[in-house]
Amino acid sequence: MTDTIDLPPPTTRKDWSSDQEVRWCPGCGDYSILAAVQLLMPELDVRRENTVFVSGIGCAARFPYYMNTYGLHGIHGRAPAIATGLAMARPDLDVWVIGGDGDMLSIGGNHLIHALRRNVNFTLLMFNNQIYGLTKGQYSPTSEVGKVTKSTPFGSLDTPFNPISLALGAEATFVARTHDMDRHHMMETFRRAHDHRGAAFVEIYQNCNVFNDGAFEPLTAKANRDDMLIPLVHGEPIRFGNEKEKGVAINKSGALEIVDVADVGEDNILVHDEQHDRGLGFMLSRLARNPHDPTPIGVFRAVDRPEYSDATSQQLAAAQAQKGPGDLRALLHSGATWVVD
Amino acid sequence: MSDTAERTAPVEIDRVIIRFAGDSGDGMQLTGDRFTSASALLGNDLVTLPEYPAEIRAPAGTVAGVSAFQVHISDHDITTPGDAPNVLVAMNPAALMSELAKLEPGGTVIVNIDTFDDRSLTKAGFHDDPLQDGTLKGYTVYEVPMTSVTKKACEPLGVKPRDAERSKNFFALGLISWMYTRPEKPTIEWINTKFASKPLVRDANLAAFRAGHAFGETAELFDHPYSVRPAPQKPGIYTNISGNTAMAWGLVAASQQSGLPLFLGSYPITPASDILHELSKHKNFGVRTLQAEDEIAGVGSALGASYGGQLGCTTTSGPGLALKSETIGLAISLELPLLIIDIQRGGPSTGLPTKTEQSDLLMAMYGHHGESPLPVIAAYSPANCFDVAIEAARIALKYRTPVLVLSDGYLANGAEPWLLPDVSTLPQLDYQLTTEHNHVDADGNPEFWPYLRDPETLARAVALPGTPDLMHRIGGIEKEDGSGNISYDPENHGRMVALRAAKVAGIANDIPDVEVRGDVDDAEILVVGWGSTWGAISGAVDRVRTSGRRVAQVHLMHLNPFPKNLGEVLRRYPKVLVPEMNLGQLAKLLRADFLVDARTVSKVKGVPFTAGELEQAISDLLES
Repeated sequence: MTDTIDLPPPTTRKDWSSDQEVRWCPGCGDYSILAAVQLLMPELDVRRENTVFVSGIGCAARFPYYMNTYGLHGIHGRAPAIATGLAMARPDLDVWVIGGDGDMLSIGGNHLIHALRRNVNFTLLMFNNQIYGLTKGQYSPTSEVGKVTKSTPFGSLDTPFNPISLALGAEATFVARTHDMDRHHMMETFRRAHDHRGAAFVEIYQNCNVFNDGAFEPLTAKANRDDMLIPLVHGEPIRFGNEKEKGVAINKSGALEIVDVADVGEDNILVHDEQHDRGLGFMLSRLARNPHDPTPIGVFRAVDRPEYSDATSQQLAAAQAQKGPGDLRALLHSGATWVVD
Repeated sequence: MSDTAERTAPVEIDRVIIRFAGDSGDGMQLTGDRFTSASALLGNDLVTLPEYPAEIRAPAGTVAGVSAFQVHISDHDITTPGDAPNVLVAMNPAALMSELAKLEPGGTVIVNIDTFDDRSLTKAGFHDDPLQDGTLKGYTVYEVPMTSVTKKACEPLGVKPRDAERSKNFFALGLISWMYTRPEKPTIEWINTKFASKPLVRDANLAAFRAGHAFGETAELFDHPYSVRPAPQKPGIYTNISGNTAMAWGLVAASQQSGLPLFLGSYPITPASDILHELSKHKNFGVRTLQAEDEIAGVGSALGASYGGQLGCTTTSGPGLALKSETIGLAISLELPLLIIDIQRGGPSTGLPTKTEQSDLLMAMYGHHGESPLPVIAAYSPANCFDVAIEAARIALKYRTPVLVLSDGYLANGAEPWLLPDVSTLPQLDYQLTTEHNHVDADGNPEFWPYLRDPETLARAVALPGTPDLMHRIGGIEKEDGSGNISYDPENHGRMVALRAAKVAGIANDIPDVEVRGDVDDAEILVVGWGSTWGAISGAVDRVRTSGRRVAQVHLMHLNPFPKNLGEVLRRYPKVLVPEMNLGQLAKLLRADFLVDARTVSKVKGVPFTAGELEQAISDLLES
């Protein structure tokens, strides 16, 4: 019986909820993401005291206040940098990073790509609502071209980022997408992300019902999902549609295209491979050109690569094995010294 | 035989200032550094001033590409690299062009005559040959064929002439080592170790060094060598230390003394990068170094490590400090320990990256948004950087606050002999953590309040992630006094602003009073300094006092808060003079805080004050 002593005591969603009143706008997609995380935590065999949520600034960044864990609400864009130091210092902790599309891709873009390439051990949830919410409705780095907002009355001119392409380009080892209308899919995606050793990047299509209502409705509304969302499942043919009658195949010019399974035959439907290292995930990330194209969701890429804090700790251990533990006196006397009598 | 013996008997002198100057590729920093090491081992007191261009390799042979290293060695206690060199070693015409004006009148010039051809002279900006046209009238000039003798010495080794030429700095080092009777052994040992993996380079350097030494002894050019006796120093074990190395070692010591692993998040920037380089070597001390993607990530990752319970530190120079400002504000609000080390350089903007300045003081004090006080301390000498690092960590850990440490390019790269401290006498640094509930809610349930404060220090309760039952959230939004929950209440914000200010101000009770040096009781003038001007001010004060005037000196290490007795000391003397390598930033603070008529003497040229300049400034104010 004693061998179970290290397992955390069973918890419920309530144990993971802080006593703070949740203050997002009524109807915001953030509520369902919070619920998915709070419901998932009791299933993860982790302790609340060993869990830390780190965030920057924005609506999404208020998230840590609502979790009964350790939490640090930082400054705009810098959560991945702060979390990098925390994860390096404390490999024993379970670190989550929460932010929106502005926080992660605009002001914090540099920190995001470097944390991903280093493969720092944290789970990063990026709430993408394609708008600035907390500053009340300016266009974001994921807003579509021509977006009319308070700061772009004649339409925005900037080509948006494709967050999945960006994360893959930044050498992320785990890249996934989910959406706020499907709790089950969120929980399973978050679980995979959490279990990944290294930096896990999850884009969540999230509805801002005040400043950008319905941005993802063509994809995520219940009636549209079967035809518009392409579930990615490792090792299985990429098929979708009410009867799984559609699929993804590689055409003669080497590009991905959506086909009728009946037209090309089941054997010609592309089989998803999360570990594919020659760009399949990237091609899939570029299959949909706009919210009216069928869009893949699920895990685009999941590969193993040495995790950064592990690698750091290994260097420290190797140095100690080679030189012995640090001796301050020896350090001070390590240069040329002379004695004055 | 007796002729030779007479000719080579060293003449004793009490001090000498030598300036090695050459092209950036000529290895002058190395030459100066080796000469310094040999002098340190001999027991001289010494101060160095390395000066090099910002460009890695400016066009060869141009004035822009001149790199120089000045070293002052002495048989008595000295505090500056010297006002004007006695000896200039010029490896090419550009070095002569750029450095001659710094030499003392009638000083000694040693030139590498092999480089004085028409092309090089033109490149350096000479219309006529300065060796012929009277430019050097009044100086003692030695024309030494350094390149050709070096090539000849290397010939038997099979070294190609072009490669042999690279060893000419060791020829210069050998010659000057002979001139000032430096022992050969440490340099030979150093060459053997340093170039062990490149036998041909090693042998060429050894040959050049020996040839330079022999040249001094045999060429009947020099009358005799000189010697400088060891300076009387406190007994103990000494090493020669630069400010950046001392800072790095001080951080390691602070980590050892606190039991907290050191985390350095840093982005490379001149002249701070050497601290990152040094600390990255010491992983066996548990030191984690992260070369971050930018300055902001440097400080952000350090703050994250601090939050996790390590000793978080970031190093930078002025432009980088500007970028870190927002995160420092967060650290002030989170009330977490954090060390921010600014190695100041010439500004604004890129300014003079390799030159020294003290112009970040007001940014250090006030360069953060909101009411955001934080402790500021400054090192006054290269070795003092070690103590300052430990003191910064002590304050940061005890008061849960970021601490800003100021050094500068002069301290960072300058070196001095350091009486090594007995590590058993270093202070223990205590980081008190909360592991139990510290408050009871209205229903009688125990809870943890992260902003409950120690009544004496006003330090808040810190519980590290991983502590069972004390889960809590902290952030940059204003917090409710005590509970730490988000609060937009106006009264609460006012209270928190006042508490944060009182906490930092209260550190004045925990630092030593300033000590007045010199004519404590009856000085006509008080000279107040901070940072790297200490050496020049001390030298100047001593000179003015020798002339019969009464002068007192105060040098500040703690700049925020100021020591408790500072106001009383300032008001005690009729005149107050504040020398600074800025336009009067400390003077502004002293005037604002203490309503005293502090006068400024400024030098913002990228080079330190000389004692002579300050002697003049003190005398001028005394006469006014």
